[in-house]
Amino acid sequence: MKKDRNFLPSLIGIILLLLFVVLLENISALIPGLPQIFQPTSPLFTVLKKAAVYSLVAVSMNLLNGFTGLFSLGQAGFMLLGAYTYAILTVPSAQKEQVYYLFGGCAFDSSIVDIFGNVFGTSGVGGAVSMVLGCLIAIVAAGCVAGFFAYLIGIPVLRLKSDYLAIATLGFAEILRAIFQWQKLGPVTNGANMIKGFPTFSDFNITDGAGNVLVRLSTFVPFLISSICIMLIVLLIHSSYGRAFKSIRDDEIAAEAMGISLFKHKMMSFVISSFFAGVGGALFAMYVANAQAKAFTSVMTYEILLIVVIGGIGSVSGSVLATFLYVACSEWWLRFLDSELYIGGFKVPLLRNGFRMVVFSVVIMVIVLFFSQGIMGNRELDILSLIKRKAAAKPAEKKEERK
Amino acid sequence: MSEEVLQITDLYVSYGGIEAVRGINFNVRAGEIVTLIGANGAGKSSTLRAISGLVKPAGGNVTFEGEDITGKDPTMIVSKGLMMVPEGRRIFPNLTVLENLKIGAYLRNDDLEKDIETVYGYFPRLKERSWQEGGTLSGGEQQMLAVGRALMGKPKLLMMDEPSLGLAPIVVQGIFEIIRRIHEAGTTVLLIEQNANMALHVADRAYVIENGKIAIEGTGRELLENEKVRAAYLGSAGK
Repeated sequence: MKKDRNFLPSLIGIILLLLFVVLLENISALIPGLPQIFQPTSPLFTVLKKAAVYSLVAVSMNLLNGFTGLFSLGQAGFMLLGAYTYAILTVPSAQKEQVYYLFGGCAFDSSIVDIFGNVFGTSGVGGAVSMVLGCLIAIVAAGCVAGFFAYLIGIPVLRLKSDYLAIATLGFAEILRAIFQWQKLGPVTNGANMIKGFPTFSDFNITDGAGNVLVRLSTFVPFLISSICIMLIVLLIHSSYGRAFKSIRDDEIAAEAMGISLFKHKMMSFVISSFFAGVGGALFAMYVANAQAKAFTSVMTYEILLIVVIGGIGSVSGSVLATFLYVACSEWWLRFLDSELYIGGFKVPLLRNGFRMVVFSVVIMVIVLFFSQGIMGNRELDILSLIKRKAAAKPAEKKEERK
Repeated sequence: MSEEVLQITDLYVSYGGIEAVRGINFNVRAGEIVTLIGANGAGKSSTLRAISGLVKPAGGNVTFEGEDITGKDPTMIVSKGLMMVPEGRRIFPNLTVLENLKIGAYLRNDDLEKDIETVYGYFPRLKERSWQEGGTLSGGEQQMLAVGRALMGKPKLLMMDEPSLGLAPIVVQGIFEIIRRIHEAGTTVLLIEQNANMALHVADRAYVIENGKIAIEGTGRELLENEKVRAAYLGSAGK
C-alpha cells in the first residue's frame, strides 16, 4: 500500500527532473548571452554526466552491500566487462581496422549499429533509429555479460563471508583487468590499447545535415538510462525479493529458518547488481569516449564504495545525492585549490597542483567521522512526506501562538 | 492415540568432533504440546537445529508426516509446514514489524491479509507498532514478533527455542498464555525450555535431555511430580 502511494509521485518527479535536464542543456542556445556556466562546455555538464553514470553504479553497489549485506569489491571489474562489451559491439565496422591496427582488425568485424543500419538506413531518421537501437542493445548486452560473469564467479565466491568475499571479488576484478590487457586477446580487446570510435553521449545530440547541433541530448541520455535502471532497482528492493535481501542482511540464520534460500537470493542480488554495474560500465565508456582496462582499477571501486558510505549504506536516494556531491567536489568545486592564487602581490600559501586532493581527503574524513551513518543513514528522501510534515507543522505552530 | 507428526530416531549432531546430541529418540503427535527441557549445553537447541535443517545431523532420522526430511534444505523443510522460532528471538532489526511478519510467509503465495490480522489478534501490541522497526521493540515485543513471524508461515508444527529467555516473569506468562492459545487453535507445538516449571505446566508430554540423550520422559504432570526433575530443574523440591 505504501509503495503504491509513493510510486506515482516519484515517477512524476523523475520525469520533471529529466525535462529540467533537457532544458538546462539547451538553454544557452535558446537564450543567448547567458554566463559561462550554462554553456555546453561548462564543467556543470561534465559533472552531471559523470554523476549520472556513477550514481547508477553506486546504487547497484548499494543493492549488494547495503541491502543484501554482501561486502563485495568487484564493481570496477563488472564495469570493465560492460564497457568492453559495449565498445566491441558498437565500434562501426568502418573504423575497426583503424582501432585494431596493431592486431589487423577485430575478431567481431561488424557492429550492432551497422546491422541495424542495413535495415533502417544509415542517415537521417533511419540512422538515428539504428544508432539508438544498436546502442540500447549493446548496453543491455553489456549488463548481461557482466551478470553472466557474476553468476560464474558467484558459484564459488558467494559461499564466503564478509571480508573474504570482499577479497575474492577484489581479486577477481584485478585479474579481469590483467586479462583484458593481455596481448594474446588483442583481436578482441585490443590488448593494452584503448578502444574508441564508438557512439558516445554527444552522438545522441540531434544535428542538422551540416553537423550543427539543433537539440542537445548528451546529458539527458545518461540521466534517462540511469534513472530507468535505478527505478528498476528500487522496484526490486520494494518487492518481496527485496524484503528477503534485507532479511539476509539483518540475520542470515533467521532468514534461513524462515525458509529463505541464502545462496539463491545472494546469487540473485549479486547477478542483478553486476548487471547494472555492467550497464554503468557501458555508460562510463560512453562518457569518457573510450574503453581501456587501465581505467577500471580498484581505486574506482573504492571511489564508489566511498560514495555509498557517504550517502548512507542502505539508502538509494543517499547514494544518488552523495554521487552528485562527490563528483561535483572532485571535478569542479574544489578545482580552484589546484591553481596558484595571487592577491595583490601576495601569493596565497599551499594552493598548488594537487592540493585539491588533500582538502578533499580531509572533507571525506570529516564526513566519515561525524556522519558515520552517511548523509541519509538508511532512510530515503521522501519529498511527499517532507511536504506533509511541513503542512502538519504549520497548524501546530498556530496553536502555540494562540496560547 | 493420534498419529505421529514428527518422529526422531537415533539422532546424532556433532560440531567438529564434539557430539552435542548422542542418539535421541522422541516423537510429537498431532495436536500436542511436547517440551524438551534440560540444562545449558544438554543438546536441546542442537536437536532443534537438526530438525529444521540448519545443521546436518551426523546420524539418525527425522521423519515429518511420514516423510524422511533428514538433512534436507531448510527451505524445503519450512515449505512442509515446520516453522521455528529461533533462540534469542532473531527478529530482523532493520525491517518494520509488518515486513518481519511478511518474511515469515515468504514461501507462501496466497493472500496474507487474514493471517496478518490473526497474528495482530494474538498480539495487539504488534499492530500498534506495525510501522516501527523491529530493533526498536522491547524484548517481550520482539519475542511476540518472533512467534508471530513463525505463525505467518501457517506451520503444522511450530518449534520454539527458549521463548522465555531473558524476559521478565510477567512477560513470560504472557508468552505461555499465547502458546496455549495457538495450541488451542490447532497448531502442534514443540517447545524447548530451561524454564521447566512453566514448560511442564503447559506440556502434554515432556522429555528431559541430559548430555545429549533423553534421560526421563513422561507426561507434563508426571515429570512435575518426578523427584529427580524436581531436584534438578524445579529448584526447591519441597515446594
